[in-house]
Amino acid sequence: MKQNSIAPVGTQPSDLSPTLSQIDVESDEVLRILIADDNDSDRLILQTIVKKQGHTVFAAADGEQAVRLFEEERPDIVLLDALMPVMDGFEAARMIKKLAGEDLVPIIFLTSLKDAASLADCLDAGGSDFLNKPYNRVILQAKIQAFNRMRKLHATVRAQRDEISRHHDHLIHEQEVAKAVFDNIAHPGCIDAKNIKYLLSPMAVFNGDLALAARRPSGGMVVLLGDFTGHGLPAAIGAMPLSDIFYGMIQKGFLMQEILREINKKLKSILPVGVFCCACMVDMSFRKGLMEIWVGGLPDIFLYRAESATIAEIKSSNLPLGVLGDAKFNTDAAVYELSLGDRVYLWSDGIHEEVNSEDVMFGTSALSQVFEDNKNPDQLFDDILGGVLQFTGGTEQEDDHTLVEVTMMSAEEMEGVQELEEARSSSAYLGGPQDWKLTYELLPDSLRSFNPLPLLTHILMEVPGLRPHSGKLYTIMAELYSNALEHGLLGLDSNLKSSPLGFADYYRERTDALEKLTTGKVCIYLIHNPEPSGGVLSIKIEDSGDGFNFDDFEKNQHKTEGYCGRGIPLIRSMCQSFNYYGNGNIVEAVFAWSVC
Amino acid sequence: MAIWATGSADGKELTIKIQGRFDFSAHQEFRDAYEKANDDPSHYIVDMRETTYLDSSALGMLLLLRDHAGGDNSDIQIINCNPDVKKILTISNFEQLFTIK
Repeated sequence: MKQNSIAPVGTQPSDLSPTLSQIDVESDEVLRILIADDNDSDRLILQTIVKKQGHTVFAAADGEQAVRLFEEERPDIVLLDALMPVMDGFEAARMIKKLAGEDLVPIIFLTSLKDAASLADCLDAGGSDFLNKPYNRVILQAKIQAFNRMRKLHATVRAQRDEISRHHDHLIHEQEVAKAVFDNIAHPGCIDAKNIKYLLSPMAVFNGDLALAARRPSGGMVVLLGDFTGHGLPAAIGAMPLSDIFYGMIQKGFLMQEILREINKKLKSILPVGVFCCACMVDMSFRKGLMEIWVGGLPDIFLYRAESATIAEIKSSNLPLGVLGDAKFNTDAAVYELSLGDRVYLWSDGIHEEVNSEDVMFGTSALSQVFEDNKNPDQLFDDILGGVLQFTGGTEQEDDHTLVEVTMMSAEEMEGVQELEEARSSSAYLGGPQDWKLTYELLPDSLRSFNPLPLLTHILMEVPGLRPHSGKLYTIMAELYSNALEHGLLGLDSNLKSSPLGFADYYRERTDALEKLTTGKVCIYLIHNPEPSGGVLSIKIEDSGDGFNFDDFEKNQHKTEGYCGRGIPLIRSMCQSFNYYGNGNIVEAVFAWSVC
Repeated sequence: MAIWATGSADGKELTIKIQGRFDFSAHQEFRDAYEKANDDPSHYIVDMRETTYLDSSALGMLLLLRDHAGGDNSDIQIINCNPDVKKILTISNFEQLFTIK
């Protein structure tokens, strides 16, 4: 038998296993093989066979030598005699396994042992297989090749695992960076303002829901709740252009309708068909106690009236943003007069569609019940969340859900915050255009469709000293411009606005009157002059209407009712001087600023 | 969830029936229902008699069908909606884009 094992075999058994040999092991691949056997002649025989097969051999006479050689040479495969002095094969196998760590180093036991228990011991000690003495070179070679394939397979799997893990780390890193950029663009603005409570609970890193809030230059506040189709990154991506437009346009003083139109146009052009944004936009004027609201594709918005503790439901009357082309898009908003403490609730359908263990949805009626059961309106927000939690009994969240509560507060209460922000941003005031005048004349077509305030605000903001006062200046211009247009030119009666239903009528009449306008104009004159430590801005607005008896008005200016409504006393308090001229069709507000 | 598409004899009308929850998992099947139709129908009917629920991706899929069927010139009826389904379509004001019966 020994003779046999030494005798060279002329030809390689090529039909050994065609399927196995197909795996990418070339039979002439040189492997590094460690042989450990205390029997000199056995070791020599084996060494000769293995060398003849073209491999590099390291030989050891006992287990300890084998372990040391393994450490030094890191062979690919180990052939280990089971019974050896100093350290036997079992112990050596355990140590080699340990040293090999994550590498798969096949260990084949060389043994004359025949009993099952001993053979099993070989495998238990970490051996991959055993080879009976005396050696059959064909089987030996086949085993070496088989284990080399296994070794390579292991290496491939490990390399792939490492690559997946690298890709995963990379992806997470990319997502984190993207998320940081995303959060900077789609930042929640002033959503932490004291009149807002909100909850955004995403299912993933990126969220298909978003809640944005921003203060208007005039002191008002615009809040948007959006719910993009789907979840995660694909849903979140549209939030970036949306936020960008939202904050950019509010800062510049655009109307809600103009902002909605721009967002819709943008989303329609960049989102694939079938991806859109259900949204609600609320424009709150604390000074006027008014709320304009536009709803597209979100469940009924609840308006909670503090006085009566009742709810009015505001229905979605539009398609979501990003569905219709610009021509068909409707920006008509509902106008509500709000009292202090009135609250409006915006939510994504995630809340309504939250299901309990019986697969029943929470729904609108359950929400109404929460409001009915409520005793303290300050607790409403928490009651809603509590209601949902109690209903679902802690089952898995199905969808992103978002809830925003906006409360009407007094202008004074909301003002403090903004003044503070303005004070922070006021640093260097000098420089920029200081001595200039501008005349801007608007004729019927422009008056009908164009809002000059963003443009004019932009021009004023070129004067660094005026920047900290953008809110006041916007308020002054907005009030004077709308008075000139609506009362001066269109002849609308502001008394209409004094009844709760009057607002809707007023805005309808305004639209009608604008439609019919064929002659007339509104002129805006801005003059800025420098002063030793500041500057003076004159805002003069003239309309081609009939004017009014401003002497009477001046005498009764302590009243807040009447021709110019509640705006004028406030404007007067912001200005150095405030006067009517001509027939009352010209008004001039002078605003002074100085570096303190 | 299952979806069937049946063409009329003259090939001018395609009826798509949706059974069960109509959500993102129906994406490919719903698309196949109209993209793999042999004829080029001018009129589409989406039958929701057996549809229990719609989510926002389903609304998106309906918009994709609308786009496929010619956008603003499309002729698509959504029929037999149960109250829940009807409500979801109403909230989104889809009656402006589809004929809902």
